[in-house]
Amino acid sequence: MDTPAVELTDIVKEFGAFTAVHRMSLSIPEGSFVTLLGPSGCGKTTTLRMVAGLLDPTDGEIRIKGSRVNEVPIHKRNLGLVFQNYALFPHKTVYDNVAFGLKYRDVSKSEIATKVEAALELVQLPHLGDRYPRQLSGGQQQRIALARAIVIEPDVLLLDEPLSALDANLREDMRVELKRIQHRLGVTTIFVTHDQSEALAMSDFIVVMSAGVVEQVGAPEAVYNTPASEFVARFLGASNIFPARTTEVNGEDAVVDVEPFGNLHVPIDRARGARAGAGGKLVVRAEHLTLRATDAPTDSGSIRIDGRVETVDYQGQAVRYFVRVGERQLQAINMIDGRPFAEGSEVALHLRPRECALLPGDAA
Amino acid sequence: MSGWAWIRLHVIFVYLFMFLPVAVVVLLSFNESQFGSFPMTGFSLRWFVELWNNDAIIRAFQVSFLLGALTALISTALGVLAALALVRYDFPGKQFMSTILIAPILVPEVVLAVALLLFLQFLSLPKSFPLLLLGHVIFTMPFVVLVVQARLVGITRNVEEASLSLGASPVQTFFAVTLPLLAPAIFAGGLFAFTISFDDITGTLFWKPGGIETVPTQIFAMLRNSISPEINALGTVMIVLTVGLPLLGAALARRIASRRGG
Repeated sequence: MDTPAVELTDIVKEFGAFTAVHRMSLSIPEGSFVTLLGPSGCGKTTTLRMVAGLLDPTDGEIRIKGSRVNEVPIHKRNLGLVFQNYALFPHKTVYDNVAFGLKYRDVSKSEIATKVEAALELVQLPHLGDRYPRQLSGGQQQRIALARAIVIEPDVLLLDEPLSALDANLREDMRVELKRIQHRLGVTTIFVTHDQSEALAMSDFIVVMSAGVVEQVGAPEAVYNTPASEFVARFLGASNIFPARTTEVNGEDAVVDVEPFGNLHVPIDRARGARAGAGGKLVVRAEHLTLRATDAPTDSGSIRIDGRVETVDYQGQAVRYFVRVGERQLQAINMIDGRPFAEGSEVALHLRPRECALLPGDAA
Repeated sequence: MSGWAWIRLHVIFVYLFMFLPVAVVVLLSFNESQFGSFPMTGFSLRWFVELWNNDAIIRAFQVSFLLGALTALISTALGVLAALALVRYDFPGKQFMSTILIAPILVPEVVLAVALLLFLQFLSLPKSFPLLLLGHVIFTMPFVVLVVQARLVGITRNVEEASLSLGASPVQTFFAVTLPLLAPAIFAGGLFAFTISFDDITGTLFWKPGGIETVPTQIFAMLRNSISPEINALGTVMIVLTVGLPLLGAALARRIASRRGG
């Protein structure tokens, strides 16, 4: 196998008595787009800053392209760094901002001009070279910051919440743009965000972190569909989580007893670590609970329970319902097909057990 | 009379009280009469000419300019370093150091002046120009520290981190990024130091060695003999310098800023 672009081994970071990162190990393949995802304070930015060389790990080893960099200062690591607040040099023109890194490398003047132009072309702002940062919009500034980071052909591109300061619409455009540029250059990228939709849309794989610990590493679909922990299930998307007990495990399914559904057959690849007789938790994504009229037929492979709509949260192309089923309130997110159900209506909730996931562990 | 009118009248009186004496000095410096008082007998620049021909005053001006310039230079250099340490680094006793650095502007100047004098006596050092300079640096540096600190807090660390990540060493980063961004504050701090040093009298009276006069101590000495109209002319020149110089500096700073696409 190729040498990973970045390799973290047993990284620990302590700030006084507080441990920000607990024994984290991670291997990032060359050319991949990796997202560190988690709520604020989970250690994702701390991890990024350790890779950048802005923080020293308390323990453990960081390797970039195979060689240990713990003792290498940031300005000798050849990394591209992009911040949430753009951090352009306000006293330099756009051209001089982008050319900055090249001036500290062995690059001739004419070559600098060619490279800066190419970088500005790549971020689709070729005519702004002689402007000053404050004359540009937020989105333009972030593109320039990106151009400045990639023009030096970094070994790794580090992005610290680069889209969080932008408006919602612009953020989605930049998301696509950033992914396009990363694909084109093939540069290994570590992206830090607390925004799950950014993580899901952009990443080759996602590292979900919580309280300094890696909760799960996997492709977006894997992390989303088969969460490894209750934290991941709750953090990504909207989920309903039920205490469950596994009654039987066969070659294909785990049979799980869950209130209020009764016995469900969950596919074995969505019930890793399931043992007969053990407790656990069943995760049902809000979009996998479908509301139907009470007289609608039940598809094969589906089960149904009845409930009453308590709250309707209309979101445009989708609706989020809060439905009362016995003691519990369940969340369901459905695409709008005709008219949404009104508050107070009696409905049937349909669910396919093969879309559920089982988390091993004690039943609550 | 309405409340607003009262306030307006009040403000006018306060301003008159503050600036009328200054205006009188300026006005009388153009008076022909050889008594520096009203009534004015005619417009003349003779007192300015006489000022120009007064060797003692010209010498005092040279001393004041040299002292002010050196004070500004040293205060700014030390003040910028102190501000960098206080804002960008963590070290034990930081809070204490910060207070100590600002203390000279809180302590009454007379106390500071006597203290330094006693200290020099204790070390059995004679008074000299370098020691006078040292005194001025002590009480002008807090202004530089305060102004530069305020600016430095506003410069996000990310800008410096970006520079480092792009391959500039910490020293290169300081000169390519931090220093240019600090320039307006350094300039303002230096100007402060210069003007404060230029018109200081309390400390200077205590610290100056015999035979050296600055403009304020020269005026003070002249006043003891007689109230010559020359003093009015000298006062006018001082006002022009200490008010005009910062204004000019500010205008210049704004020009530079706007050329950067303000």
